[in-house]
Amino acid sequence: MTMVAETMTAKSGSGARRLLSGDEAIARAVWESGTRVAAGYPGTPATEILESLAQYSGLHTEWSVNEKVALEVALGASMAGARAFCAMKHVGLNVASDPLMTMTLTGVIGGLVIAVADDVGQSSSQNEQDSRYWGRFAHVPVLEPADSQEAYAMTKRAFELSEQFETLVILRLTTRVCHVKALVTPGERVERRVPGFTINPARWVMVPANAKKRVPLQLERERKLAVFGESFDLTIDEPGDDRRAGFVVSGPAYLHLREAFPNAPLIKLGLSYPLPLERIRALAATVDKLVVVEETEPLIEGELRAAGLTVYGKDILPRIGELTADIVGPAIRRLIGEPEPAAPPARGPAPSVFPRPPTLCAACPHIGVFHTLFAMRRKVVIMGDIGCYTLGAGHPWHALDSCISMGAAMGMALGIDKAGGEGDAKKAVLAVMGDSTFLHMGMQGLLNIVYNRGNVTALILDNRTTGMTGGQNHPGTGHEIHGLAAPQVDFAKLCEALGVKPERIKVVNPYDLNGLFRTIRDEIKVPEPSVVITNQPCTLIGEFVRREAHQVLDDKCTGCGSCMDLGCPAISVRERAEKHTADGEAFEATYTQIDARACTGCTMCVAACNHGAIQPIANTAAAGSCC
Amino acid sequence: MRTLPFLNILVCGIGGQGVMTAAEILAQTASDLGFDVKKTEIAGMAQRGGVVTSHVRIGPKVLSPVIAPGQADILAGFEVAEALRWSDQVRPGGLIVVNTQRLVPPVVSGGLYAYPDDPLAQLKATGTTVTAVDAAEIAATLGDRRLINSVMLGAMACALPFPPGALENKIVARFQAKRPELAVLNRQAFAAGSGVAQ
Ligand SMILES: Cc1ncc(C[n+]2csc(CCOP(=O)(O)OP(=O)(O)O)c2C)c(N)n1
Repeated sequence: MTMVAETMTAKSGSGARRLLSGDEAIARAVWESGTRVAAGYPGTPATEILESLAQYSGLHTEWSVNEKVALEVALGASMAGARAFCAMKHVGLNVASDPLMTMTLTGVIGGLVIAVADDVGQSSSQNEQDSRYWGRFAHVPVLEPADSQEAYAMTKRAFELSEQFETLVILRLTTRVCHVKALVTPGERVERRVPGFTINPARWVMVPANAKKRVPLQLERERKLAVFGESFDLTIDEPGDDRRAGFVVSGPAYLHLREAFPNAPLIKLGLSYPLPLERIRALAATVDKLVVVEETEPLIEGELRAAGLTVYGKDILPRIGELTADIVGPAIRRLIGEPEPAAPPARGPAPSVFPRPPTLCAACPHIGVFHTLFAMRRKVVIMGDIGCYTLGAGHPWHALDSCISMGAAMGMALGIDKAGGEGDAKKAVLAVMGDSTFLHMGMQGLLNIVYNRGNVTALILDNRTTGMTGGQNHPGTGHEIHGLAAPQVDFAKLCEALGVKPERIKVVNPYDLNGLFRTIRDEIKVPEPSVVITNQPCTLIGEFVRREAHQVLDDKCTGCGSCMDLGCPAISVRERAEKHTADGEAFEATYTQIDARACTGCTMCVAACNHGAIQPIANTAAAGSCC
Repeated sequence: MRTLPFLNILVCGIGGQGVMTAAEILAQTASDLGFDVKKTEIAGMAQRGGVVTSHVRIGPKVLSPVIAPGQADILAGFEVAEALRWSDQVRPGGLIVVNTQRLVPPVVSGGLYAYPDDPLAQLKATGTTVTAVDAAEIAATLGDRRLINSVMLGAMACALPFPPGALENKIVARFQAKRPELAVLNRQAFAAGSGVAQ
């Protein structure tokens, strides 16, 4: 029975089955495999792999400062003979690609598996990329599970393959593997001996003379893997009676395809690189048309064409997003000339409902920053970065002008500064990034600003967590992945060490809107690098202290709407009315209210209100009782 | 093997409302009863007040984790405009269980968009069976806003292929050991939800 089929058989009441997400299933398999070191950096949809792994004992699990470091940590452990694991989102592998492209030459000792999660459908990423390219680029095997049980089984096999062929192995995931919960039957951990590091310069010192000798070995390994793939049992041939089309399919697209075509013959690739060409040729010989169903780029398709096969693929299927049954079904039916099944009765147009974009939380310290930047909008160029604070680009602040890759704001700000554009002559250049982002890849950019005498004001939004991905610890939080105390970096001292003058480093409370405004205004006037660090914690972490809820006093509210401009989701419009100024001019007054359950008493709105109409609820009640 | 029915449940709402927990409890219950089950959600930035949906598919054998467009048997809407947003995903003859609470986002409050006048009436006009429950009010009366979840599960319980008590016991089991007082409250919330549906 195949792995996939196993998950699909409902065994009444079996106690061993567990409902696990793909991420949790992988963590379980990593632990069972006797892994000693696991490292990664948070990133949707891969974050929960390490979070889940941190709950197991018997191995070192860490949040590394970035993915490159994480992979290097894993490589070191493997060199010492330990099984090692690394998890990251797709763009993380771009960051880690430098060690990747050379460790493929050295190979590994202890099994080393990299789980890389592509955000197919782009639910929360800056791009959609097919990370399987990295496997081809680095000449390393790529495994593609479809669901939790397969993710579990393939992770275990990945470690074996890694040791058998002395290569790192890429486990390629997509959002629909990571974040789907399905039934898994787990096993137990098997401990493994860790022999320790053996000095071997020819193997580990990749100077040209040594590295050159390893290139043929790498190619030879790839050839052997191709042979191995022809009989790999996690690549599954599923016969079928419907010969009009046969499929080569990988990853969760398999499940969607099977849903649409239960009887089609297919090869479900476990190892999607290198390809089992002979097995695919054999299938091709028995079907009218061969179709490749893969997410997202035509990698397999291209290789099959190069091997001389006639295939269909991205000519009939989309190259972006998920290949769900309702997308695959009609496309294939058109190809084989089968009419669409009778559509269910028309349901009328989809209801139109307002959008509900994500917003910053009530009392989020980033609100103070973007409210302030909005106030100086015409005088600044604001290079931004990736995190919750990217929401500052949206309504109502519109005060963030870019988001490219983690840490990029520093370099881009310097570039804008040095370009000396005519339109920017009277503007100051800002770089805005979160604490986790700064430690991931922003420090180097700041050093570069200092070194190259840039005139940039860097804002580091220190909310003591990696907020966007759900609140992970990092070296600035004082805690490690298990929540235990860890050395805490001092951002001000760090910036000073990078060469920013001590008098140009300001730590401010972002809730103090006036103070924040004055600090940024003063720093952008100074023609040298400055750093402004905000110091209030994310509202979703333990450190955050909730204070008295506030309310709008209706008799004092003039309807000016200033508090609405803050963008706090706890403040909403109670009433709009047409009013007239003293000289008879009509304007729309916006009377507001505060949701007392959502308000945490940060008091930013108190500062934003020019009429003293916002006060703590308790205060006003007390005032009321004495009257 | 006894034949198990197939069911597609779409749970929708806003980040922080407990959509994912409700879906998790449905999936767990199904799994305990011997069903195959898959649960998937897209909640990229859900914590930030965005839209959350979770697909729960249960049956003898579940392939794709995604409910095909228009193929949900049950839509559980944790907010009335959200239920309306996803209402075209319900198959003809399906069921909509909706929390009538209105949660107005900043873009509406700020005047950029309008909130539908009577989303419940629009839901009823789709011709689908609608169970409307003021889950927020019931939860508030019981003293804890987080009980919305159990009220909603109670309101959909009679439409599920589970034996009586299975779903309720699964909810209660989450609290029994550590917070017995919450177990009692959740039982009350579940019963209140079931009462509305009858
Ligand atoms: C290379 C890379 N790794 C991981 C991510 C996922 N990711 C997006 S933002 C972010 C960190 C945000 O944390 P922080 O800078 O502290 O800002 P906050 O969200 O707390 O405001 C992460 C890890 C990414 N986009 N790119």
